[in-house]
Amino acid sequence: MRTARFSRGFSDYQIKMAFIMPTMILLILMNIFPLLWSLYLSFHRYKASMPNRPAKFIGVQNYARLLTDPEIWGYFQTTAYFVVLAVITQFIIGFGLALLLNREFRYKGLVTTLILLPMMLSPVVVGLFWRFIFASDASGLVNYLLSPLFGGPIGWTTDPKIAMLAVVIVDTWMWSPFMMLISLAGLSAIPKYLYEAADVDRASRWFKFRWITLPLVSPLLLIALLFRTMDAFKMFDIVYVLTREGGPGIATETVSMNLYKLAFRNYNTGKACAMAYILLIIIVALSNIYVKHLNKVRGEA
Amino acid sequence: MKKLACYFAVLMFSVLIVAIPTIDAQEKLTIAWAQWDPANYLDELSKDFTAETGIEVDLVQISWSHFQDSVFTAFVGKSDRYDIVIGDSQWLGRNSVGGHYVDLTDWINENIDVDAIYATAMEAFAEYPKGSGKYWALPAEVDANGFLYRTDLFEDADEKAKFKEKYGYELAPPKTYEELRDIAEFFTRPPNLYGIAPWYSKEYDGITMGFQQVMWSFGGSYGDPETYKVEGHINSDDVVAALEYYTSLRVFSPPDAPNYYWAETLDAFKAGKVAMAMDYFAFFPGVVDSNQNPNYYDKTGFFVSPAGPKGHAISIGGQGMSISAYSKNQDIAKRYLKWFMQKPVQEKWAQLGGFTPHEEVLQSEVFLNATPFNRAFAASFPYLRDFWAVPEYAELLEACQTGWNQVIIGSKSAKDALDEIARKHEAIFEDAGYYD
Repeated sequence: MRTARFSRGFSDYQIKMAFIMPTMILLILMNIFPLLWSLYLSFHRYKASMPNRPAKFIGVQNYARLLTDPEIWGYFQTTAYFVVLAVITQFIIGFGLALLLNREFRYKGLVTTLILLPMMLSPVVVGLFWRFIFASDASGLVNYLLSPLFGGPIGWTTDPKIAMLAVVIVDTWMWSPFMMLISLAGLSAIPKYLYEAADVDRASRWFKFRWITLPLVSPLLLIALLFRTMDAFKMFDIVYVLTREGGPGIATETVSMNLYKLAFRNYNTGKACAMAYILLIIIVALSNIYVKHLNKVRGEA
Repeated sequence: MKKLACYFAVLMFSVLIVAIPTIDAQEKLTIAWAQWDPANYLDELSKDFTAETGIEVDLVQISWSHFQDSVFTAFVGKSDRYDIVIGDSQWLGRNSVGGHYVDLTDWINENIDVDAIYATAMEAFAEYPKGSGKYWALPAEVDANGFLYRTDLFEDADEKAKFKEKYGYELAPPKTYEELRDIAEFFTRPPNLYGIAPWYSKEYDGITMGFQQVMWSFGGSYGDPETYKVEGHINSDDVVAALEYYTSLRVFSPPDAPNYYWAETLDAFKAGKVAMAMDYFAFFPGVVDSNQNPNYYDKTGFFVSPAGPKGHAISIGGQGMSISAYSKNQDIAKRYLKWFMQKPVQEKWAQLGGFTPHEEVLQSEVFLNATPFNRAFAASFPYLRDFWAVPEYAELLEACQTGWNQVIIGSKSAKDALDEIARKHEAIFEDAGYYD
C-alpha cells in the first residue's frame, strides 16, 4: 500500500533525478563552477589577496603577456624536457620489470609488492628522503658511494646541469612501478595459446615479442603512457621539496611550480587562471594525440 | 506515529550536533604563528594571561614551510580561524591594503606606550606605509640576522698563530666583511671543515635575507622608497660588488650550501662542518642547549653581522602581532595585545627566551646577561633594516630569490642578474601603479 502511494507520488523520471541530482549539484559546485569562474577571472586583473579591489576586465592581456614572456616559455621547455625524459625512462624500466615478472617464480607476490611500494608513498615524503640521499656531502648515500669514482661529491640538487636528472631519477623511482603494474596487467591478459602456436612454428623469442606481445599489450601501454604524461606535465611536489621550489636557479622550475607561485605566493589570481587554462589546453591536446593513437592501435588489433 | 518519532529524533540529533560547540564554548583566543621555539615561549607566557582573565589561548603552530600559505589562504577565504596572526614584517603591506589586518592606529595611540617600544621595531613590524603613523600590528618577536662561531677553533693558540702569520692580524670574530672572508678562507679544509655557512637558498626569502645586509653595507639599496624607482639602485656598481663578494664566499662553504637557509646553516654548524654560520638569533637557544647541540653547545660564540666598506646594516627578522579583520574576538585580541606589551610581561617574555621590542627591557642587564647571545642581539638593533613591505613584496622577493641564487650557482653574472631584477622590479611597480 505504502509502495503504491510512493509510486503515485513520484514518477520514474523524478526518482531518477532524485538520485542523480546530489551528484550533479556537487559536480556543478566543485568542478563546473570553479572552471567557469577561473575562465572569467583569466580575463581580469584580479588578486584574491586584495578582495577590496574589484576585478578589472582586461581582455586577453593575461594570455598575451604569458605567451610572450620568454621566462614562461623557459618553464614550458623545462617541463617538456622533464616529461620526455621521465616518461620514456619509466616506460622502459616499468615495461622491462613487467616482462621479468610475467613468469612464475618463488616469492613473486612479495617481489611485486616490494616493487610497487614507492608509488604508494606520498610524493612529499619521497622528495624529503631523496633530499637526504642526494645530499652533496658524505652524509648523502649516493655521494658516499659515487664520490670515490667521480673524485668528489656530485651537486645533485645544487648543480643546474644535474638537478633535473635528480628529479627524473626520483620520479622514475616512484612511478616506474605504475608502468610495470599496467604492463603486467596487459601481459597477463595475453592468451597463452598464441605463444604455444608460435612455439609449434618454432618462432624466435624476438618474433613472439614483436608480433604477439607488443601488439596485444600496446593499448594498455598507451593508457599508462597517457596517465604518466598527464601526471608528469603537472610535476610539482617533488620539485617543490627536492630542489627547493624549482632550484637551483630555475633549473627545475616546471610550469606547475611557477603556477603555484603565481597563484599562492604572488596571488596574481587573474594571470594564474590564464596560465592554468594554457596548461589545460596543452594537456587536453596531448591526451587527444594519445587517444587517437590508442584508437588506431585498437583498430589494428 | 513511529515516523514522526523518527523525524523528531533526527531533528534533535541535528540540533545537538550544531549546539555542541556552542554549549562547550568559552572565551578563547586563537593565535597563529610559525612552529619554532619562540612560539613555545609564547605558549608558556600566555598561561599567565589565561590565569589573569580566564580566557583560553590556543597557539596554533604552523610549520615554516606552510606558514605563509596557511595564513594567506585563511585570509583569502575570510576565515575567522585565527584571531591574532604573528606575521612577517613583509606581510604588512599586503594584509593592511588587502583589508585582512585590523587598523590599530587609534587603539595603539590610546592604549599602548609607543615610546617604550624600540622605534626600529615599531616601524618594521607595525607601521604601513612607512612614516605614515598608521599601525597594523605590535612587534612581538624582534629578531636579527647574526653569526655563530666555533670558540674552540678561534681560541686555539696554534690556529691564532697561523692566522696572524698569514693575514697579519689577530684571529677574532670579524668586524668587517673583509675579515669574514679571510677567516672563512682560513678555516676551509674540505671535506671535513669549511669556513662559513651563509644563506644561499632559493626557498622563501633565504638568500635575500642573507645577501641584502651585505648589499646595504656595501652602499647599495633596493630602490628609492619615495619614487619606487629601482634602476641605478639595485643594479648599481656597489650592489654588483656586494653580490660578487657574497658569491665569493661559496668556495669557503660546504658543497650543498646553495640549498642553505636557517635550518641548514644551523645543522651544518651543529655537525661541526663549519667554523662560522649565519642564522637568526631566535634559533640560537638550541645551539647552547646540550641536548640539541651535544658537541659544540659550550664551544659556540656569537657575533654581530659585520660592517661593509660603506656602512653597517643587518637584516631584520621576527614578526609582529596583528588582529585578523575576520576575527569575531577582536576585543579579546586587543586585550591580549595590551597585556603582552606591559613591561612585567615583556620582562617575563625576555626571560623565557623571547626577543622583546621593549627598549628598557632590551637594554636591561637582566636581559643582556640572560643568554650568551643577547648582547650581540641587542648590539645588532641599531642596524636593522627590512625588505620592501609593499603589497607586491612577494613578486619583488621572487625576482630577487631567483636572480641571486642564479649568480651563486654560476648560471648568471652578478651584473646580468641585477639588471634583470631591476627590470622585473620596475615592471612590478609599473603594473601596480606606483609610477602613475
